[in-house]
Amino acid sequence: MPGRGGVSDGRKDTTMASSDIILDIRDVTKSFGPVTALKSMQLQVRRGRVHTILGENGAGKSTLMKILAGVYQPTSGSIVLDGTPYAPADPQEAARAGLTIVFQELSLCNNLTVAENILATREPATAGFINDRALVAKAAALVGELHLPVDVTQQVGDLSVAQRQLVEIAKGLSIEAKVVILDEPTSSLSDSEAEILFGIIEKLKRRGVAVIYISHRMEEIMRLSDDITVVRDGSYIATRESQDTTIEELIALMVGRDMNEIYPARDVAVPAGTPVLEVKGLSRDSEFENISFDVRAGEILGFFGLVGSGRSEVMNTLFGIKRASAGHVAIDGAAVAIASPADAIVKGIAFVTENRKEEGLVLSHSVSSNISMVGLKKFSNLFGFLRQGREREAANDEVARLAIKTASLETQAGALSGGNQQKIVLAKWLLTRPKILILDEPTRGVDVGAKFEIYKIIRKLAAEGTAILLISSELPEVIGMSDRIAVMHEGRLSATLSGTDRTPEKIMTFATGSTS
Amino acid sequence: MSNTNAANAAMMRAMKQYGGILLSLAMLCVIFSVVNPRFMSVANFLNVLQQVSVIAIAAFGMTWVILLGEIDLSIGSIIAVAGMVGAQCFVFGLGFAPAIALTLLTGAVLGLINGTLTAKLMLPSFIVTVATMGIYRGLVSLPTNGAPEMITDPNWTAIGTDNFLGVPIIIWIVAVLFLFNHILLSKTIFGRRAYLTGGNREAALYSGIKVDRLKITIFMISGIMAAISGILLSSRLFSAQTNAGVSYELDAIAAAVLGGTSLAGGVGTMVGTLIGALIIGVMNNGMNMLSVPYFYQLIVKGLVILVAVWLDVRSKRAKQ
Repeated sequence: MPGRGGVSDGRKDTTMASSDIILDIRDVTKSFGPVTALKSMQLQVRRGRVHTILGENGAGKSTLMKILAGVYQPTSGSIVLDGTPYAPADPQEAARAGLTIVFQELSLCNNLTVAENILATREPATAGFINDRALVAKAAALVGELHLPVDVTQQVGDLSVAQRQLVEIAKGLSIEAKVVILDEPTSSLSDSEAEILFGIIEKLKRRGVAVIYISHRMEEIMRLSDDITVVRDGSYIATRESQDTTIEELIALMVGRDMNEIYPARDVAVPAGTPVLEVKGLSRDSEFENISFDVRAGEILGFFGLVGSGRSEVMNTLFGIKRASAGHVAIDGAAVAIASPADAIVKGIAFVTENRKEEGLVLSHSVSSNISMVGLKKFSNLFGFLRQGREREAANDEVARLAIKTASLETQAGALSGGNQQKIVLAKWLLTRPKILILDEPTRGVDVGAKFEIYKIIRKLAAEGTAILLISSELPEVIGMSDRIAVMHEGRLSATLSGTDRTPEKIMTFATGSTS
Repeated sequence: MSNTNAANAAMMRAMKQYGGILLSLAMLCVIFSVVNPRFMSVANFLNVLQQVSVIAIAAFGMTWVILLGEIDLSIGSIIAVAGMVGAQCFVFGLGFAPAIALTLLTGAVLGLINGTLTAKLMLPSFIVTVATMGIYRGLVSLPTNGAPEMITDPNWTAIGTDNFLGVPIIIWIVAVLFLFNHILLSKTIFGRRAYLTGGNREAALYSGIKVDRLKITIFMISGIMAAISGILLSSRLFSAQTNAGVSYELDAIAAAVLGGTSLAGGVGTMVGTLIGALIIGVMNNGMNMLSVPYFYQLIVKGLVILVAVWLDVRSKRAKQ
C-alpha cells in the first residue's frame, strides 16, 4: 500500500475535534544518560475511545506509560490532560489528576484478601481503625459491578493467576479516572475471562473514559480498539483508525518489515511411528481425571483449555512436581515412574513453565548462569568443579542459535525483555537435548517479532524429532502450530482433534463443555 | 601485559564489590592505631586473627545457610555441644583422633536435624533453629549437670595454643577452611546450585536441582563448621563450658551480612564474610585494648554494624 508506511500523515487531525482530546502528548522525549528511550513521541487520546499502543518490546511503550504514571519525568515535550498541563511528580499525583494505570506486573499482596487489596491505602476507617464490614461491602460492590467471578474475602494468594489479574483490574478501576491505562491485561486471561474484561472496557467507554490499551494479541486489538498508534525504536510511527487498517499493515508498521504469515508453515511431514510419550488414565484427585494421550517424535500436540481446566496441573504431574493418584506413563514404550523434576529430566523431558519469572529464571543471575542451570552436570569435571570456559562457550552458542539479544553473558536475566527471557528459558532446556518438550504458554507477554522467532524454533525442534506438547490459551496459536489438539474441560480430556477438525468453533465447543 | 590488565580488572571488580566494607575495616584500624600505638603490630594482628577464628569459621557455615535464604540460630549451642562431646570423649578414655571425629560427627548430625526439619517438614528455619538452639544448649549440661569439664589432652589444647611454622595453628585452620569454603562455593557445581536455589527456589526445583537434599547438606556444613569452632574455643579455654558460644550466631550473622551476604538469599561470598569477621574481630580487640567496658562494646558494635551495612548498601545502590 503506497503512501501508508512510515510517518504520520496527519489525516486524523481534521476529523478530530480538539475538545474530544482528553490526553494530548506532543514531542515527548526521554533520555537516560546517553540512551534515548523516546524520540519525539506523539499521542492524541480521545474521550470514550480505546486507543491501543502497539509496538515490540523495547519500542518505548513502557517508558511512555511510566511517564504518564509519574514514575519518570520527560526530558522535553508537552503533555496536556483535560486542557491543563500535566507533569505528575509521582504516581499519587497522576492518580489525583485522573489517570489510572493497571500494570502488567501483578502488584497485589498475596497475604491479604481481595477486598483489602482493592481498597489498599483507601480503606474505610474511623480514627485509624479499619471498618471491616464497610471494606468488604465496598469491595463487593465494585467487584459485582464488574461481574468478576471472585469472592472478595478470599486471600489473593489462593487465587489463580487469571483471577489475580482481574482483581488487579478491579483495583485500578475502583479509582474514578478520566484516562485508564491497561498494560497487557489479558496476558494471563483465558478467552472467557478476557470477555469479562472487554465488557468492563465497553462500560468505561460509555462513561466517556478514555482507555489506553497495550497488548500483543492482534485479533483482540482489532476487535477492541478505536484508534491504534504504532511505535518502533522509541519513535512514533503512525496512528490508524482500526476500521481503516489490517493486521498485516499493523505488523508491517510495527516490525518495519512485512510478515506474511504469523505461524511458520510445517515443512516436514509428521513422521509416522511409535509414540515417544504415552499417557494412560492419568488422574490426580480433585484436579484432573483419566487423561490419556500420546505424542510421536516430531509431532506437536496442542493442549487447549480455559483457565482452570487442569492443563498446567497435568503437565506439572507429568514432570514430577505433583504426584499422580492413578495412571501410567511410558516413554519410548517403557513404563516410567517420575517422582521429581530430576527424574523427569533424566528421562528426557523438558518443561518450559507458564511463569518464567517464578519457575523459569533466576532473575538476579547472569544470562550464562541461567542457561547452564539445567545442564550443570555437563560443565563439571570428575571432582564437581565447574568448567567455566565450557559453560561460557555453551551459553554463547545458545545465545547465537536462538538470537538472544543481550549486552553480554554476564548481564542479569532480569534486565532483558520478555521475549529474550523466554528464549533463555528455552535455551536452558535445549542444552539437555530433550526427547519431549513441554511448552506451557511459551509466548505469553512476548512481542510479535519474538513470537515469530519462538514459533520458528518450535518448528525446527519438531523437525529434528522432538516430541512437543504445546499448551496455550491463544486459539490461533494452538491451531497455527499444532498437528493435533487435545482439548480439556474441567479436568477431563474432552476431545483430541486433528486435521480439518481443528476449527476454532469445534475447539471452543469442547473447551466450554457445550457438548455432552 | 594482558596479565597485568586481567589483574587490574580483577582488582577493580574486587574494589567495587568489597570497597565499602574494606573502607570500614581500614577506618577502624586507623582509629584504633591513633588511640593506641600498640594496635598496629604483627603480634596484635595475629592476636586479632586468633580471636576472630571461632566467629569466622562459624560465619563460613552461616554464609552457606543465609545464601540459601535460610538462617541457623543454633550454631552458638552447637559450639558448646562440640566442646562438651570432645571433653566427654577424653573422660571415657578415647584418644585424640576419635574425639575429633566424634565431635565433627555430632556437628553433622545436629545440622542434619535442622536441615531435615526445615526441608522435609517445611518448617521455617528461623523457628526450627530457635527451637534447636534451646534444645542443644540444654543437652550440653546433661553430662556434667551444668558444670564445666576440664580438657587436659595435650593435642586438643595444642590446637588453640601452639604454632606451626611460626603461625598459630588456629590461623592455619581458619585459612584452610576459608579456602575450602571459598572454592566449594565459587568453583564447583555444588556452590552454583546453592546460588541458584537461593536466587529462586522454584526455578531451581523445576531445573532438576534436588532442593531438599541441598538444603540438608548445607545445614550439615553449618553444623560441622560450628563444631570446628567449638573445638577451637574449648581448646583455647582448656575446658568445655556450658555457656560457651552464647550469642555467637548473632556475630556470625553480622559477619556474613557485613560481608555482603543477602538475607533474601542468592548473594554472598566467603571473601566478604572473612572481611566481615575481621571487622568484628578488630572492634573487639581494639576496644579490649582500650579497656572499654563490655556494655559499651555492645553498643559500639551494634552501631558500627549498622553504619557499615548502610555504607555498603548505599554504595551498591549508587552503582545501579
